[in-house]
Amino acid sequence: MEHFFSLLIRSIFVDNMIFAFFLGMCSYLAVSKNVKTAMGLGVAVIFVLVVTLPINYLLYTKVLGPDCLVDGVDLSFLSLILFIAVIAGIVQLVEMVVEKFSPSLYASLGIFLPLIAVNCAIMGGSLFMQQRINMNPESTQYIGGVADCIAYALGSGIGWLLAIVSLAAIREKLSYNDAPAALKGLGLTFITVGLMAMAFMCFSGLKI
Amino acid sequence: MSNIKDIFVTPLGLNNPVAAQVLGICSALAVTAKLGPAIIMGLSVTAILALANVVISLMKNTIPSRIRIVVQLVVVAALVTIVSLILKAFVYDVSVQLSVYIGLIITNCILMGRLEAFAMQNNALDSFWDGLGNGLGYAIILVIVAFIRELLGSGSLFDWHIPEFAYENGYLNNGLMLLAPMALIILGCVIWFLRSKKPELQEKN
Repeated sequence: MEHFFSLLIRSIFVDNMIFAFFLGMCSYLAVSKNVKTAMGLGVAVIFVLVVTLPINYLLYTKVLGPDCLVDGVDLSFLSLILFIAVIAGIVQLVEMVVEKFSPSLYASLGIFLPLIAVNCAIMGGSLFMQQRINMNPESTQYIGGVADCIAYALGSGIGWLLAIVSLAAIREKLSYNDAPAALKGLGLTFITVGLMAMAFMCFSGLKI
Repeated sequence: MSNIKDIFVTPLGLNNPVAAQVLGICSALAVTAKLGPAIIMGLSVTAILALANVVISLMKNTIPSRIRIVVQLVVVAALVTIVSLILKAFVYDVSVQLSVYIGLIITNCILMGRLEAFAMQNNALDSFWDGLGNGLGYAIILVIVAFIRELLGSGSLFDWHIPEFAYENGYLNNGLMLLAPMALIILGCVIWFLRSKKPELQEKN
């Protein structure tokens, strides 16, 4: 249980998807113009991460790993293709289920759901998970089961949501500023994110 | 012939995928602490983009439009797997440094953007040049950012180091350059520079 919370907190603050690994940058910059849509995308990312990560974990450890299907056969080189297929499939499935059962949620998330299939934060989550399985079990980053996977997915998602909502709030105010014409928009956003990342680095000494 | 030249040259400067279209930022920032890995990453993306563009453009009439995203993803994923195995076999150190970012080429927006916007409408030869141009445009930004970060951060470029007497006279490496935030700020400044040279890229808002 202790490890569960440690993973959760660390993946929100220390191993933040945006500020430490730059994952999901494209949609992060494109959709952070106002707080409401940023919130919608953030929630969708959390949801898809929490669903796909445990599935990819089981796929990697029970099907693709060495000696899983057939003795002496290691299929882990297929992991990239299968991970992306799972993510694209789940996103499609989630889209259909949400459309059927909650049209209002679908209307607010609708545009973002297909975008998420190619969001690096989702794929990155699966690839980091694959890396962490092979780590030393004593390490704070080790993932050793479905529960750990869910903690990591939830933490990464919340960290991403936190980052995009705070950037959106800053950008709403920044748009009234009288910045140099060439710096306006993208350039200024990059520098803002850089300063936010610097602030987030003070969490890196956190020991849990 | 001039058509091919146009397709190839505009993504290098005016229509740069990273600085002008804001695509593929994730990996552009993460692998740029050292020049070597940045160049390998740039070349890998160029190779994958050119090949994927050709494959998709040859298949464009047979792909049902409803499932085209999945088909594109699978083509790219197969190419990325090949490249990642090649890197593991020949430059193992670099592939360890690049870690998950090679796998993340799959979700690099430049790839999906070019496949969707260019390869689905154009013939194989044009698509090849378009892929090559966009890949190299991406590589150029990577090299610029990595050059600044490695020179100021670790005081070296490949095997060359800043001479000892500079340190004896009080020069210090700026460790902040190696950390994540500076990659963002340097890229912000590169975009600032590019847009002040080319006012047509500036945002109105």
